[in-house]
Amino acid sequence: MRQLIIILPLAVFAALIGLMASLLTDEERNNNLSRLPSPLVGKPAPTISLPAIAANVPGGLSTTDLQGKVSIVNVFASWCTPCLAEHPLITRLATEGARVYGINHRDEAADAITWLRRYGNPYAAIGFDADGRASLEWGVTGVPETFIISADGMIVYKLAGPITPEALDRKILPILRELEGG
Amino acid sequence: MIAEIGQYVLIIALVLAAIQSVVPLWGAARDEARLMVVGDRSAIAQAVALLIAFAALTHGFITSDFSLTVVFQNSHSLKPMLYKVSGVWGNHEGSMLLWVLVLALFSATVAIFGQNLPPTLKARVLAIQAMIGFAFLAFIIFTSNPFARLSPVPLDGTGLNPLLQDPGLAFHPPLLYLGYVGFSMAFSFAIAALVEGRVDAAWGRWVRPWTLAAWAFLTGGIALGSWWAYYELGWGGWWFWDPVENASFMPWLFGTALLHSSAVVEKRDTLKSWTILLAILTFSMSLLGTFLVRSGVLTSVHTFATDPERGVFILAILAIAIGGALILFALRAPGMKGGGLFAPVSREGALVANNMLLTLAAVTVLLGTLYPLILEALSGGQSRVSVGPPFFNATFSPIMVPLVLLVALGPFLAWKRGNLRMAFGKLVPAAIGAFLAIIITYLMVPGGPALAPLAMGLAAWLGIGAISEWSGRIRLFRSHPRDALRRIHELPRSASGMTMAHLGLAVMIVGITGSSAWRAELVTTLVPGQTAEGPGYAVTLESVIEGRGANYIFERGTLLITDGGRPVAKLNTERRFFPVANQTTTEAGIRTTIFGDLYGVIGERGRTPETADAWTVKFFVNPLVPWIWLGAMLMAVGGFLSLSDRRHRVGAPRRAATALTKRVPDSAE
Amino acid sequence: MRQTTIFLLAATLTCLIDITVSVAVEPDEVLDDPMIENRAREISSELRCVVCQNQSIDDSDADIARSMRLLVRERLLAGDSDDQVIGYIVARYGDFILLRPPFQANTLALWLTPPIMAIVIAAVALLYCRTYQRRRIKDTRPHRLSLADRRELEALVNRFAAVNLAPSPHNSLSNEIKEGLNPRDPDANTGEGKPNGDGTPRPA
Repeated sequence: MRQLIIILPLAVFAALIGLMASLLTDEERNNNLSRLPSPLVGKPAPTISLPAIAANVPGGLSTTDLQGKVSIVNVFASWCTPCLAEHPLITRLATEGARVYGINHRDEAADAITWLRRYGNPYAAIGFDADGRASLEWGVTGVPETFIISADGMIVYKLAGPITPEALDRKILPILRELEGG
Repeated sequence: MIAEIGQYVLIIALVLAAIQSVVPLWGAARDEARLMVVGDRSAIAQAVALLIAFAALTHGFITSDFSLTVVFQNSHSLKPMLYKVSGVWGNHEGSMLLWVLVLALFSATVAIFGQNLPPTLKARVLAIQAMIGFAFLAFIIFTSNPFARLSPVPLDGTGLNPLLQDPGLAFHPPLLYLGYVGFSMAFSFAIAALVEGRVDAAWGRWVRPWTLAAWAFLTGGIALGSWWAYYELGWGGWWFWDPVENASFMPWLFGTALLHSSAVVEKRDTLKSWTILLAILTFSMSLLGTFLVRSGVLTSVHTFATDPERGVFILAILAIAIGGALILFALRAPGMKGGGLFAPVSREGALVANNMLLTLAAVTVLLGTLYPLILEALSGGQSRVSVGPPFFNATFSPIMVPLVLLVALGPFLAWKRGNLRMAFGKLVPAAIGAFLAIIITYLMVPGGPALAPLAMGLAAWLGIGAISEWSGRIRLFRSHPRDALRRIHELPRSASGMTMAHLGLAVMIVGITGSSAWRAELVTTLVPGQTAEGPGYAVTLESVIEGRGANYIFERGTLLITDGGRPVAKLNTERRFFPVANQTTTEAGIRTTIFGDLYGVIGERGRTPETADAWTVKFFVNPLVPWIWLGAMLMAVGGFLSLSDRRHRVGAPRRAATALTKRVPDSAE
Repeated sequence: MRQTTIFLLAATLTCLIDITVSVAVEPDEVLDDPMIENRAREISSELRCVVCQNQSIDDSDADIARSMRLLVRERLLAGDSDDQVIGYIVARYGDFILLRPPFQANTLALWLTPPIMAIVIAAVALLYCRTYQRRRIKDTRPHRLSLADRRELEALVNRFAAVNLAPSPHNSLSNEIKEGLNPRDPDANTGEGKPNGDGTPRPA
């Protein structure tokens, strides 16, 4: 008993220090690459059916659009600063041939249109989710978020937070390559 | 220029800490007074140096010197003076400086007032204190320099988080640090005792006042923080089991255990290695709290901006300090002789049970706080859970029930071997009171949660038990009132302090029960002039006016609360918008009586054209909620009362020893 | 390093947008049926606002918390049971959303440690009681007599010795008894409430 009282705190403490150190030095964690595992990964993309932001913006997005080809779904809003930060990378993905859809999350239509006009519209189609209800179906926690959907409509990967050059090189591009190659 | 002086003395303090961590230890090993005395001098010099550094930073804030990065990031020229000053510690760098300043002040107190400590013990204590100081000074200088300059100098600052611009929160951190850091004294004494290989009743007597002071400050600090959350966060909650709150609560739980077990060491010369372990664990929790809040390992509304580099640095400090202490403990503790035997039913027995329950509670909180992190680390981020209030409420409360039952009983038991039947005999009034409290509560609030009357009974048991123990000691009901008055005067203050603290706990339980069991609310929209029927009261939004404060604009809503047409209270509540931070805060309108709070806030104006004249109004009835902070205050005051006992005063042991021979020793505490 | 800083900055910005603490449930969310509304409040206080730190959606003013509160009410009005509502949200957000972690494989250690620790403590306490009982019997057996009994016995022995002057057997008996009366109680020396070292400086 005495021995236990003496050794136990030391053992527990050493284990804790190790775990905390592994968290602090976790490169992926520090770069926000693995924030929250989504239970939707590996499941079919949830059913949604969203209108377009406006008649002159290519849009309207429903789950059936995601069938048949590998696609990326990006949740964004004009009021979200990190969305602006990742926008050039989304644009790059689109120009390099990826099919990128947008879900415009809790936005004002006019603001969204101005934002897209100013920074460019890389999206093949945008669904307008004014009240955020559809985003809940997708388990969206905040903006921006990015999903990769396989050709058979399954969610393969989810990134919470902005796409970064690291996330692009280490996660998104390899996954896209694999899905398209295989 | 003044900032450069601050920077310079900070480095001097680091050098002094380095000297102080080595020379006195060497002197103690060789038993050379000349070397040991270096510890005293450098401790005092270090405190002076850090006072100058702190004054330099304060000067930067007061004069709004935006060439300092910290001032730029956390202040603004339009901010009221109080918040310019509290801004000094309202940020990571400044609060770390306050942390080491408090540490140095504690060391200096030992150096100045500890003349009657054995010189080797004192030298070693100061050396350990200096090692902690050195680590944190290095942390400040290398990762969080408060005197870093900006170039070019910005025109104005970005302002302090408006939520922190509040008198309650201005004083919350200093109190908290006095508590957190105060436990470093118990830690240093424990390590010094392990180095010396000697722990006796005298050691217990030296450690107690420090533990008591730290505990009382921490109690006050936590209470102030929770009070702030209550009136500032705007939904009437006061404790959220947030990791940052838990970070301050864990040292409190271990510290409470330490407070009680050091009494056993002092009185009975037993439980020594356990008390040493508790002293180490208590300060470990303080360090862990610092780590959790500042490392970026978790994020929270309360945390400062974080940086993994800082996290790794603090983790290293944590590993060396606690790891080293626990290894030393593992090496030395087996050699420590246990003291006298005591019966399971005895004061010692009750205090051991108290320690076990408090430790169980602390470990539960620790586990709940760290579990999400542990699971995340073990699963590589693939498995994540949250541990929130429902978990803590479900696990913490069952541990508290036997503890509270025991708190009333313990003081009635004699040291060494107690008489259970006699103790229960003296608890008859408490039992009757508890029974009555249950019945009355049940009759008064028949619809409420079933556990609430039982909780009120528990509070009555503890409160009446504490008072009857105290009144028994002064023979309140068995002798002439004048005699009783004389006995109050003669009763050791530590005994009265204990009664007050235990009574405080009872009062707090009443508040917790009332506010969580019988809370009622009204959520509605009102146009000025309109009335809505709320729980027990009618609420009228009399008016909403707009205005301008020191560095914000506000909408002030006046709510008239009436009970059957009779006006009861007028609540002024504000929504404040801070343009610099682009943030809105809510100031609740609160009417406090002994029976509880009427709590009103206004929310946003309606967004649609039809509702543009209407405001969201929320009105809460929080029964008995002020009792929570009243209880906490009683606990803290009880702690200080106990501290003022002549036997606990710093430097008291020698005088107390002579006093003891003259007076019939009593078994207080 | 710079990268990290940028992300922290971005994260902080996201926080500033998402977390404005103030009043949570809005009047337009409140349902007419108080029964269902109460259930909604109960469920809401068990669900975490995912963008906040340990705040329930009932307490949080974040947009997502509001959306989720509406979702909870929507599911309740559609006729879901409380468990079904929670299951619906967990299917989309995972266990992370639950403020009360479910009892399952990865939370066994969390839920079981406190009760196991309580049982261990209780067992150790019982063990101590029993050892104490045994040690006490062993320690005190020769000293069972109370002070009054001892006096009485001593008086008897003396009287016996005075009356009966026969030397050997009785004398040795009386010696033996006297020896037995010498207190050898191990903790008889520890004075009540009087610590060993009252703070007098020890020789260094």
